[in-house]
This record gives sequence, structure tokens and C-alpha cells, in this order.
Amino acid sequence: MPVRVGIPRALFYYYYFPLWKEFLEQLGAEVVVSDRTTKEILTRGLEHCVDEACLPIKLAFGHVQNLADKGVDIIFLPRIVSVAKQEYICPKFLGFPDMVRQNIKNLPMIMDTNINLRKRKSDAGIFAREVGTAIGKGSVKSRLAFWQGQYKHKGYLRLLEQGLLPDEAISVLDGKERKDKVSDTDLTVAVIGHPYNIYDPFISMNIINRLKNLGVQVLTADNLTEQMINQGVKQLPKKLFWTLSRRVTGGALYYHEKGMVDGIIHVAAFACGPDSMTGELIERFIRREGKMPFMNINLDEHTGEAGIVTRVEAFLDMMRWRRAIV
Amino acid sequence: MKVTFPHMGYMYISLKGMLEYLGIEVVPPPPCSKRTLNLGVKHCPEFACLPLKLNVGNFIEAREIGADTIMMAGGCGPCRFGYYAYVENEILKDLQVHFNLVVLEPPEKHIGELLGRIKKITGNQPWVKVIKALRFGYLKARAVDQVEKSSFQKRPRELIRGATDRALKQAIHEIDSAQTPQELTTAEEKSREIMESISIDINRPVLKVALIGEIYTLLEPFANGNIERHLGNLGVEVDRSMMLSEWINDHLFMGLIRNAPSSKRFIKVASPYLNHFVGGHGQETIGAAVWYGQQGFDGALQILPFTCMPEIVAQSILPSVSGDTGLPVMTLIMDEHSGEAGMVTRLEAFVDLLQRRNEQKEALTS
Repeated sequence: MPVRVGIPRALFYYYYFPLWKEFLEQLGAEVVVSDRTTKEILTRGLEHCVDEACLPIKLAFGHVQNLADKGVDIIFLPRIVSVAKQEYICPKFLGFPDMVRQNIKNLPMIMDTNINLRKRKSDAGIFAREVGTAIGKGSVKSRLAFWQGQYKHKGYLRLLEQGLLPDEAISVLDGKERKDKVSDTDLTVAVIGHPYNIYDPFISMNIINRLKNLGVQVLTADNLTEQMINQGVKQLPKKLFWTLSRRVTGGALYYHEKGMVDGIIHVAAFACGPDSMTGELIERFIRREGKMPFMNINLDEHTGEAGIVTRVEAFLDMMRWRRAIV
Repeated sequence: MKVTFPHMGYMYISLKGMLEYLGIEVVPPPPCSKRTLNLGVKHCPEFACLPLKLNVGNFIEAREIGADTIMMAGGCGPCRFGYYAYVENEILKDLQVHFNLVVLEPPEKHIGELLGRIKKITGNQPWVKVIKALRFGYLKARAVDQVEKSSFQKRPRELIRGATDRALKQAIHEIDSAQTPQELTTAEEKSREIMESISIDINRPVLKVALIGEIYTLLEPFANGNIERHLGNLGVEVDRSMMLSEWINDHLFMGLIRNAPSSKRFIKVASPYLNHFVGGHGQETIGAAVWYGQQGFDGALQILPFTCMPEIVAQSILPSVSGDTGLPVMTLIMDEHSGEAGMVTRLEAFVDLLQRRNEQKEALTS
């Protein structure tokens, strides 16, 4: 029987799921994903996590428990220290496997192999070998499996750059048919925020689909190529050392600079450290020029849907009026 | 050029000593106060950590008394501090508070960048003199640390309430006014005498509590609600896991000075609770809890600013450490709403608990 490896539908899921899945399956494991976020998953996360942690971490706690319920053999929580040269992931991601281990009892084995590409990109090979060994495969086989995973990952990124959202891209990779874009949109809005916030329909109050239903074309930072992101982030006085925030900030500033969208909605999670700094910078840069409408939405476990709907509708109305006047 | 820098406890003495040794005019901000905090809170992002808010308040107040250049440390993550200087600068820019900003941080490409930035402050002075100034700054930090450490021991045992605080103020003033390394030696001597003149009851039983956590809230008395003084008055001898001179030696001199206590002793024992660094001092905090438990301390207090990322990781792991080692640990989160009275109540409850525990232990062993 193959080893059942569980991947939580949280945090890095929206970045790397196709890569992990391919990699683990090539190693002969069966991949299990936690259920889509529900009120219950969030509540269980809140029970086991300190109040001061940010919303995405609390939610991820819930997803880990959901996986444990499914009876997986291994929970896949690689400690992602850095995925790019001279850059880091946020501190809470670095401590996440330890936080989980010390706070939830009776968990299956946690695989928290380090991924640290801060010095060299090729260090990913070390990670591949360690994971492979843990599942009982040799180093050649692991490297090969990881290479196949990376190939899948490139395909995933290409789909995102073509304007697909992660869930759509993942189902296209699975061989499902591609849905055609809706064409009757009059507004384009960039939704800027961490993928684990904006693509999770429960946590984000379904903001992306809501916008789409209101006749808006939605773009996110993930629809941009790495070069575009870097071009946007160049406006900042110092290179951002958080990879995830660099992507988000670069995306916002690029859309703003090129005037590609009618407005920008920045979605931040409660108590997210990097967001508190980059959100401030994005807002200051955009407001200073005053050429593009900007709205900030803060998500937490108490966010009411009605409040978000009202604000989004008002924001869209404002953009449409603005266009009528100009 | 009038140089200023943010406050962090007695760090100003060390920095001022160093810069004045080089003949640079220094304008330290007024000590952190309610006004400093209010200025910061008004203009900073809500969920930024407390130090950022106080920094901005410091800068606005320093500008009012004539400072025109900010000297600030930087970093390369993953803690938010690495981006402080730039966010602060954007905030000040929008407020029309104009400063020249000099950020001292690890260079991106080569060491020349850092040296160039230092030159912006030091001008054309020879590097030998700059190094001597650095050493002078370090010596001052060490002298201040000695005085502080001695106050930790005297305060719970003092016979006249407030005698330690008065002596501490005097002793710090002696060190602050020393202009040269020679003067500093005499000042150190004098400050030692001042501290030794406090009359104490050597036999009074005291509890030993370690202060662990985030460096800014540990070092800045305004940010931690004068926790050391309150604990001392409650009859507790404190030990702080981080002293300024140790931090300078660890992070700036890369451990150049041997035989000085180093935070490495904490990192060594942090595993298996936290197996990786998480930026800031998160791993040190966990290690410190383990270490102080081994040293037989009665308890530990973790102090952190609200939303501090590395400390939240540590906070969520500390209960495990506490459960395994039997060291009672309480977490105090500081933000702009923290009142001293509320904190004192919590400290009293914690100290009561420790005392009760001690009595029980004695009853069992006797």
C-alpha cells in the first residue's frame, strides 16, 4: 500500500501544490489534500493556535487537523526558509512545523524538511533527497521525481500567467477542460494579497468570484511574470527580503505604474507582519500619485460578509462614476 | 550635521559616546514618553509593531530640537526590523519632516557599500579613529550593563525604598559624561562605588525571575512599563537574557570579544522545541526559557511587542517548554494600550504564584 501523504489546503498550497503532488506521486506516495475551508476547520484552528498569530497560520492549524482526521501517514509541512536568493519567507512560516508539533497532540509524522535556497538555487536537490529518503526512495529516483515536479510547476506558472486562477489552473493540469473567459466586463480590478488569503473562498469572503459576478475582470499578482513583478518592486527604496510580499507589492506597483487596471483592492490578513509594512508602502505610493482608486480590506476570523459586500459595491460604483466623469 | 537615532533603553549613551568621540554633533531624541508614543501611533500603520511607532515618535521629536540626520540600523530579514528605516522614511516624507537617512546594514553586494554609508556620517576621519570610537561605544555599553546588573541585585534587597533608582540614575550619569576611555575608567570606578553604597539586607529571601523575549521591549523601559523596577520592588531579582554589550559583541563584532556571555548558549538548548531560527530572537527566547530553567530560576517572563512575528512563534511554543521543564512562564504583550497598573497587577499575581510554589517545595523537602 502506498504511503498516504497529506498536504494542507493552506499557506503554500496555492504556490506549490502541483509541484508537491507530482513530486510525491512520482515517489510512489498517495497525495491527500485537506478539505476546502469551512467554518469548522477555522474554528478548530483557532482552538489550537495562540490568539496573536495571523489568520492564515490559524487556518493552517485547522487544515493540519483535518488531515489528521483523514488518517494520513505523513503530514507534509516542509519548512520553507527561502525560495530565492537573498530572500526569506515570513518568520511564522519558518516556525510553523514546530508550532504545530508543540500544540497539537497525537499527530501523524510531520515531514518538516528544510527548503533553503537563500544561498544557492541548487540546494533544492538536498530537499528532494531528504524527502525521498524519508519515503524510502533512493537519491536518483528522488531527484528525478523532483525534476518532474518542477516541470509541472512551470506549466502551472504558465497557466497563471495566462490569467487563470490557481483552482482553475490545477484542474486544467488534471486534464479538465478550460472554461472560456466571460467577456461582458466593463471594469478591471487588481486584487492584491497573499494567495492563501485571496484564493481561499471562505477566508476572503469569496471576493474574487463576487467581483466576477458583478461584471469585473479580476487580475492578481500571480498573473504577472517574475520580470514584471521585479519591475514594479524597483520603485521601492530597498529590495524586499520577503519573497511572498515582494510578489504582492511588485504586482500592485506594476499594475499601478502601467495603468492596467481601473482600481486596486489590497487584501491583508489580521496580524500579518509583512502586510502591515508593505500594505503601508503600497498605499502611500498609490495615494501620493492619486491616479488610481485604492481600497484596503482587512480579513480576520470575525469578518462579516455583509460589510465586505457593501464596501466592494461602493468601490465599484465609485470607479464607474469616476469613469463617467472622465 | 546633527545626528539622531531612535531610543532603545540606554543605547543612546553608547551611541552618543561613539559619535562624540569622532567630533560629530549628536542630538538624541527626548526620552520616550506618552507624547512620543502618541505621535507614532497617529502616523504609523496600525498593525506595525510597537518599536516602529516609538521610532517615528522619536524622530519627530528629535526634528523639533534640531536634528537633521537619522542614523538607523537595518537588516535583511526575515523580521520586519530590516525594513523599518524605509517605512519610517516614507512616513516622515509624507509628514514633511525632512531628514537625511543613513542606514547601516549588511551590504547587498560588497563591503564598500557599508563603508560608504559609514563615511556619510564620519566624513574624512581615518578608519583607525572610527574603530577606536566603536570600541569606546562598546566600553560604555559594557559599563552601563554592569551598573544595570548590579541594580537588579540591589533593588529587591534595598533597605530604603527607591535608593537603587536614585543610585542608578547617578551612576549612569557618571558613565554618560565620560568623554575619553581614560575618563570612562574613573567613571566606572565611581559608578561602582555609588552602587555599592546602597544599603541592603543581604539575607532577605528573593525570587529569581528571568526576563526573556524581544530585544527592544526588553531594553526600553518605556516600552516594557518599567518592568524591572516593578519586579524589584516586589522582591524579585531579575536577570535579563539580553544586555546591550552582549548584543553588540554577538551581532556587530561577530563574537570578537571572548569570554563575554553570548546568546549562543540559548540557541544550543532551543532544540527540540524550535529547530530553526525564525528571525529576530525567537529561537533565543525558547532557548533562554530552557536555559534559565536549568539554572534553577523561579520563573520567566516573556516580553514582546504586539504582532512581533518571531516572538509569536516562541509564545506558542513556550507552554510546551514550561510544561516539560516546570519553569513557570508568563507572556506580557506590550502595545500602545498597555497600562502600568494592569501590568503590575499581573506581576503581583505571578510573583504570588511563584512564592506559593516555593513554600510548597520547602514544605515538601523539610
